[in-house]
Amino acid sequence: MAKRIDIKDVNIYYGKFHAVDSVTLSVPPRSVTAFIGPSGCGKSTVLRSLNRMHEVTPGARVEGQVLLDGEDIYAANVDPVEVRRTIGMVFQRPNPFPTMSIRDNVVAGLRLAGVKNRKRLDEVCERSLRGANLWEEVKDRLDKPGGGLSGGQQQRLCIARAIAVQPDVLLMDEPCSALDPISTLAIEDLITELKQDYTIVIVTHNMQQAARVSDQTAFFNLAGVGQPGRLVEVDDTEKIFSNPSQKATEDYISGRFG
Amino acid sequence: MSDSTLADRSASAQETPRRARVSHGTLEPSRGGAASSPDTPEGPISTANTAQGEPASTPVRRPGDRVFRGAAVGSGAFIVVLIAAIGLFLLLQAVPALRANQVGFLTSGVWNTTDPNGLQFGILYLLWVTVATSVLALALAMPVSLGIALFLTHYAPRRLARPFAYVVDLLAAVPSIIFGLWGIKVLGPTLVPVAEWLSRNLGFVPLFAPGNVSIGGAGNVFTAGVVLAVMILPVITAVSREVFERTPKEHIEGALALGATKWEMVRTTVIPFGKAGYVSASMLGLGRALGETVALYLILSGTNAAPKLSFFDGGATIASKIALGSGEFNNELTAGAYIAAGLVLFALTFAVNALARTIVAGRKGSA
Repeated sequence: MAKRIDIKDVNIYYGKFHAVDSVTLSVPPRSVTAFIGPSGCGKSTVLRSLNRMHEVTPGARVEGQVLLDGEDIYAANVDPVEVRRTIGMVFQRPNPFPTMSIRDNVVAGLRLAGVKNRKRLDEVCERSLRGANLWEEVKDRLDKPGGGLSGGQQQRLCIARAIAVQPDVLLMDEPCSALDPISTLAIEDLITELKQDYTIVIVTHNMQQAARVSDQTAFFNLAGVGQPGRLVEVDDTEKIFSNPSQKATEDYISGRFG
Repeated sequence: MSDSTLADRSASAQETPRRARVSHGTLEPSRGGAASSPDTPEGPISTANTAQGEPASTPVRRPGDRVFRGAAVGSGAFIVVLIAAIGLFLLLQAVPALRANQVGFLTSGVWNTTDPNGLQFGILYLLWVTVATSVLALALAMPVSLGIALFLTHYAPRRLARPFAYVVDLLAAVPSIIFGLWGIKVLGPTLVPVAEWLSRNLGFVPLFAPGNVSIGGAGNVFTAGVVLAVMILPVITAVSREVFERTPKEHIEGALALGATKWEMVRTTVIPFGKAGYVSASMLGLGRALGETVALYLILSGTNAAPKLSFFDGGATIASKIALGSGEFNNELTAGAYIAAGLVLFALTFAVNALARTIVAGRKGSA
């Protein structure tokens, strides 16, 4: 079920503002790709274009192709709702639905897809929570609201919610930036486990995190304020962090700017 | 930063377990420091200070603080005193009339105050018309307001949403007397065929059976309820719209990212988030409907006949009855009869507000 993503010459606009200039890169299945770069360089924007969440923002549009196993998710006959059902997303701030119990949060995606069988929902709930390393902590309080969990637990709940629908790809937009180091560690361990089954793309401001969890790293930058962000280089994580081919990448990861 | 990346470069080359790797990171020591801070002398001292040192912990009182505090407390106390004073006024004025009343105030519907020495006044019929018009108005306005508020916040194109919201708000600025005139001259006659149809086809339901005034006159609870619905619509819409607008973006995006359609997103995030606000908005509208006077004064056909608990009853609401009786206020006892009715209205709106608050608090508790 893990699929590969090919981003081909993608340009992203907010109204008249050209936010991201011509990005081309490939994400192999069952791997973790990290997007790094300074704020405003368009890495989150590119990530959000991968499941068409980008177009939720009024005036936003994407030009170019995003191929999921060869099929363009921006083709005219593709329903963005279907795209989002096959490409899951985890956000910067944990966002469990506050009025729903832990169980209902996990199976929310399945419910939307029309699954009603109680037994099936319970199975998926347990499997997803186990998959997100949260089962042992919450199994006795599945009917309690998700908002009562700690930040790290909430984020793992959101990951459980995302994987419950068994997506082809999992997108993570700075999933640990609102978490303490212990919770961050738990999420990073989880990412390493999840890549056995999913194609993962993660945006992070934390370069150590990129170095720890990813197989491939893409560095984004922007020439200046008001200029579009662009992809500087993408390569194996080890190479990016030891011997990047672009000077800008080396400057960034060694802390000379950004 | 450069140290950490260097450390990380060497670390990422090794295959050490992750836990070990992280402990080399720069974050770990500082975290350890923060975690141990409760044990440092700083903690105990600060708690001891607040516990025993009464004089030391008393903050310096600055004149600005004192003035502002005085003003705030004064304003708060003023509103409580004002409400209590209104209640007390109503009560004191009502008691002599209630004493002189020759029928049960709460159990009778007769209203005959022409002879101050033989006062007969009961609230029952008025109460029915008041509650029936308001509840009908609420039942009509609530779903429409919900639709308008959701349309304005999540469906309307931006360029349209703002002017449309202004138009809805404008509806609230139309004086009640205009609504009354429109109700009895335009809407009422238009509604007559509808009322006749309802009465003909649903007449077996008591609410739609013929009432105590003729349907053709249009001066009934049905017309009044529809006009009131239009009047409270902007209030409910405006408040609900503001609540729905404040749905956190994270929740909306969370639902959309799971593959929710727009309606599913609204159902799973916007409505649960705004439910309490919507209920209180509706109660606000109900409060306005209960107290509405002039429009109903114009619309409702007066009658002394007992209501048949039908939407096609005429009569008066408590408020419009008081307006109708304004000519009799020169006699203390007679005025007292109307004031007693006002007291009931006062208590009713109070009860509605209290109910709304309980509902909202209950919702929040369960959420």
